[in-house]
Amino acid sequence: MKFKQSSVLPGFNLSLGYSLLYLSLIVLLPLAALISKTLGLDWATFWAIVSEPRVVATYKVTFGASLIAALINLFVGLLIAWVLVRYPFPGKRFIDALVDLPFALPTAVAGIALATLYAPNGVLGEPLEKLGIKIAFTPLGIVLALTFITLPFVVRTVQPVLEDMEKELEEAASSLGATRWQIFSKVILPTIFPALLTGFTLAFARAIGEFGSVIFIAGNMPFKSEITPLMIISKLEQYDYLGATAIAVVMLAVSFALLLLINGLQWWMAKRLGRRK
Amino acid sequence: MSLLRKLSLALALSSLSALASADTTLLNVSYDVMRDFYKDYNPAFSKYYEAKFKDKVTIQQSHGGSSKQARSVIDGLEADVVTMNQSTDIDAIVEKGKQINAGWEKKYPDEAAPFSSLQVLIVRKGNPKGIKDWADLGKSGIQVIVPNPKTSGNGRYTFLAAWGAGLKQAGGNEAKARELTTAIFSNVPVLDAGGRAATTTFMQRQIGDVLVTFENEAEMIAREFGRGNFEVIYPSVSIDADLPVAVVDKVVDKKGTRKVATEYLNYLWSPEGQEIAAQNYLRPRNAAVTAKYAKQFPSIKLFGVAEFGGLKAAQKKFFDDGAIYDQIAAEIAKKK
Repeated sequence: MKFKQSSVLPGFNLSLGYSLLYLSLIVLLPLAALISKTLGLDWATFWAIVSEPRVVATYKVTFGASLIAALINLFVGLLIAWVLVRYPFPGKRFIDALVDLPFALPTAVAGIALATLYAPNGVLGEPLEKLGIKIAFTPLGIVLALTFITLPFVVRTVQPVLEDMEKELEEAASSLGATRWQIFSKVILPTIFPALLTGFTLAFARAIGEFGSVIFIAGNMPFKSEITPLMIISKLEQYDYLGATAIAVVMLAVSFALLLLINGLQWWMAKRLGRRK
Repeated sequence: MSLLRKLSLALALSSLSALASADTTLLNVSYDVMRDFYKDYNPAFSKYYEAKFKDKVTIQQSHGGSSKQARSVIDGLEADVVTMNQSTDIDAIVEKGKQINAGWEKKYPDEAAPFSSLQVLIVRKGNPKGIKDWADLGKSGIQVIVPNPKTSGNGRYTFLAAWGAGLKQAGGNEAKARELTTAIFSNVPVLDAGGRAATTTFMQRQIGDVLVTFENEAEMIAREFGRGNFEVIYPSVSIDADLPVAVVDKVVDKKGTRKVATEYLNYLWSPEGQEIAAQNYLRPRNAAVTAKYAKQFPSIKLFGVAEFGGLKAAQKKFFDDGAIYDQIAAEIAKKK
């Protein structure tokens, strides 16, 4: 086996050992504990817990709202990254720093702030209510909170790639008679696509697990605006540890499957683009 | 001896002496709305204890949702005493964590509940919707704010109060109780996770016509938002919520704090402790204190959780997964 000669750099064994140990302790161990706890349930009980209509309704809300939020940020995030990289304007550094704010803000604070703004008596909620749009305490509020929380992911993954892009390529395309749309779709998009997809995936994954901000703005009505993490909490409130872990395992499995799918898509794209070159 | 050594020796000595006279520290793990009460009670107890036993005691407080706090104790938070809003939370510590011995409710008078509260209705100033009793909460066009019975003890008491009112009304029975409770919960626009969050929704966001919560929470609202902003309505009948306390046997035996922890809870029944409770709008047990504060505690018809065979039976019948509350929630969602 050529295992050792894979790199000319020394210290491969040591660093691989460290990485594996670290990943095991920080990631695998808690997950293993979670899964081993659910092994205390037999299959029929497990299935009864995770397929209960009320729980199933929360999957739809959680995954649906997360998907919408990630899609919104896919476009808006790209736009913000583009503006920040390509155009000089006053206050640019300030705006750049602003993008990270949702990372730094405790999520509960974000939730309360958004709920206060968009509540029927809030600064934005009141005029919107007059237009017949209700945001706080509806599923729309969940999407709003998730969009806020996951904004930095797409911006921060796409930004460095855009910065490193060779402008000459676009200029060459332009001088060869490509239209603006062609430059975007044939030159820029293929380059940033992997980063865009990564940002989308991160945003999506983060949104699925989000609890703190959503809980304050969702209204938490059964079958309508309950998110899956709330189901886990409410099981814990009944000291039903097994039920809580069962739902957590479902979330974990679905998230993992989705991440795997997107990673696979990325790999396939990279390969396809690589061959084209 | 160099100056430096002298200094460090002096420092070491002083820290040693600090250790020697270090006070006993108690950790009281409690629920959300007890914050204000223990803020008043703890200094009073420290003073009493120091005078009687010539020993200092410092009390640390931890607050949060009642069940969440119980879970922390089960998972290893070293509480000397727990002061909860439902006996089922203490029972859970007995059963799941085994840090408290069975029979805790017999160690103090009144089933180890030094005071009680009850569910009242809080309405907007002037009571524009004319809400007087539980039946009004189920009428169409009324919005009711309650915390989620799945995640909050306060919410569970609200549900039980409504159900009990349904039973006690003229010609009341289980079917009528279910009807009334369903009507009330279909008027709930937002389900907050806990009692404080529900208060915020009602007072700060100005959502809803009526908030159902504990009587002592009503006093907190008065202190926080001003007395002129709302009115407290006493329904014709309500639930008596006993607020139980217990010494955490495993922890006090390990830390050697049993004596002071026992005394700490005992003092809750003293006239001073009862008076502090009354000042915080918790209904005292002591007859003299009750008489003194009679004005602030209108007497209404009350029923206890015994009506449902105790909290444990009520939890099973109403709040477990798939039980009556879940069925009602599903019915309401289907109708909308």
